[in-house]
Amino acid sequence: MVNFFEFMLGLLKEPAIMVGMIAFIGLVAQKADISTILKGTIKTVMGFLILGFGAGALVGALNNFSVVFTEAFGVQGVIPNNEAIVALAQQAFGYEMALIMFFAFVVNIVLARVTPLKYIFLTGHHTMFMSMLVAVILSTAGITGTALIAIGATTVGSLMVLMPAIGQRYTEKVMGTDQLAIGHFSTLSYVVSGYIGGKFGDTSKSTEDIQMPKSLMFLRDTPVAVATTMAIFFSLASVFAGGEFVETVSGGQNWVVFTFMQSLTFAGGVYIVLQGVKMLIAEIVPAFKGISDTLVPGAKPALDCPMVFPVAPNAVLIGFLCSFAAGLVAMGIQGALGWTIIVAGVVPHFFVGGAAGVYGNATGGLRGAVLGSFAQGLCISILPMLLLPVLGGLGLEATTFADFDFGVVGLVLGWMVS
Amino acid sequence: MKKILVVCGNGLGTSLMMEMAVKEVAKKLGFDAEIDHEDLSSAASSQADIWVAATDVATQLEEAGKENIIKLVNIFDKASIETQLKTFM
Repeated sequence: MVNFFEFMLGLLKEPAIMVGMIAFIGLVAQKADISTILKGTIKTVMGFLILGFGAGALVGALNNFSVVFTEAFGVQGVIPNNEAIVALAQQAFGYEMALIMFFAFVVNIVLARVTPLKYIFLTGHHTMFMSMLVAVILSTAGITGTALIAIGATTVGSLMVLMPAIGQRYTEKVMGTDQLAIGHFSTLSYVVSGYIGGKFGDTSKSTEDIQMPKSLMFLRDTPVAVATTMAIFFSLASVFAGGEFVETVSGGQNWVVFTFMQSLTFAGGVYIVLQGVKMLIAEIVPAFKGISDTLVPGAKPALDCPMVFPVAPNAVLIGFLCSFAAGLVAMGIQGALGWTIIVAGVVPHFFVGGAAGVYGNATGGLRGAVLGSFAQGLCISILPMLLLPVLGGLGLEATTFADFDFGVVGLVLGWMVS
Repeated sequence: MKKILVVCGNGLGTSLMMEMAVKEVAKKLGFDAEIDHEDLSSAASSQADIWVAATDVATQLEEAGKENIIKLVNIFDKASIETQLKTFM
């Protein structure tokens, strides 16, 4: 009997089983048939395990990059990538993350039901990333057990209705309806861009009035985009560090070959993590939506940022280019001042910068899109750097959380618990 | 039974949301289909009878040689999904 309890306790302490339980409860609550429940639960557990495989694949490349970068420029280089940091954190904080995520869904439904903020936050991977961030910060501050889960879930669940509400004024302007909201923890990027567009923009000329080359759209292909940026920045670092040094890191492998192989290994690792996240949330999100449909009539779905892309495709490209340019400027400033450099990543700048471009265009036309996305590009290059100290041991990794809201929430929460 | 694949850039958020909307519409229409979602990169080597994507991603699916694409300007627009899905019934 004691053995059985030990077995159950051990099983439930396993974070992969914990996330499986969330999917299981969600599917049962929706009265799914047994084969669907079994299939959904197994896939969710596997999704979590795949995160770990991805982490194993990308961590080596990331460490090598870090060593070469530091040798080349004398400062640390950090790649802002949510998938990578969550994959690295899952081993130590996966259990806390799973519980916070589960109760955050509950808090979201309760708040949408009883407050006027009728938002249901459907971007499951961002709920997961935010839960991880909060788990890391609370744990680092020494909070454990029930208190950690309670504070964490209340925080994340509240953010799931508050952030869409904060963005709603601008989202309504972009989408032309108040029935949809932005459910992406880059809300403040869009608010900054929308605000700047409104203040300094000029709505007489829209981004959609000009011709833009569509060839850059290949950057929507995430593994390709990650591989390309990583190869460019790793090559630069290798050149500055010198082939001789790189070959001491590579264990004798030719430094050019090593640089490219490591870049692609990192991108491959990120791709594995993406597949894991996809499997992990694929059952949980529909269950969450199904339950909220019944419990919160008239709820407004808060959706992922590409929802705004079809509204103004040119603004997406302009927003990306301006945001990325801001990222490069920020790298220059950080390097000149000897701070930790936040390596400008194509993926955050494409998705967030692109969406910010659409918001800026909605409030201030072409000029609004340019200025708004540039300004938020600076913000998402500085904030991850400020966030590093509050992440404890995880802040020493060569990757970190990428988005605006993660930075702000992390800093505020870190300050509150210290 | 037809296979419907819903696609977005990362295969995480947008496509899952569209998949939920497509499933709802298919159920309403009594359209017998296996519906799943995927990222743009994987979609290149996948097979499906019908594709669903936001207009910007749809262009790239076309470039990859995919046919029968349901294109959405508003990813949660069930009325538009219904009209376009009906043409494949």
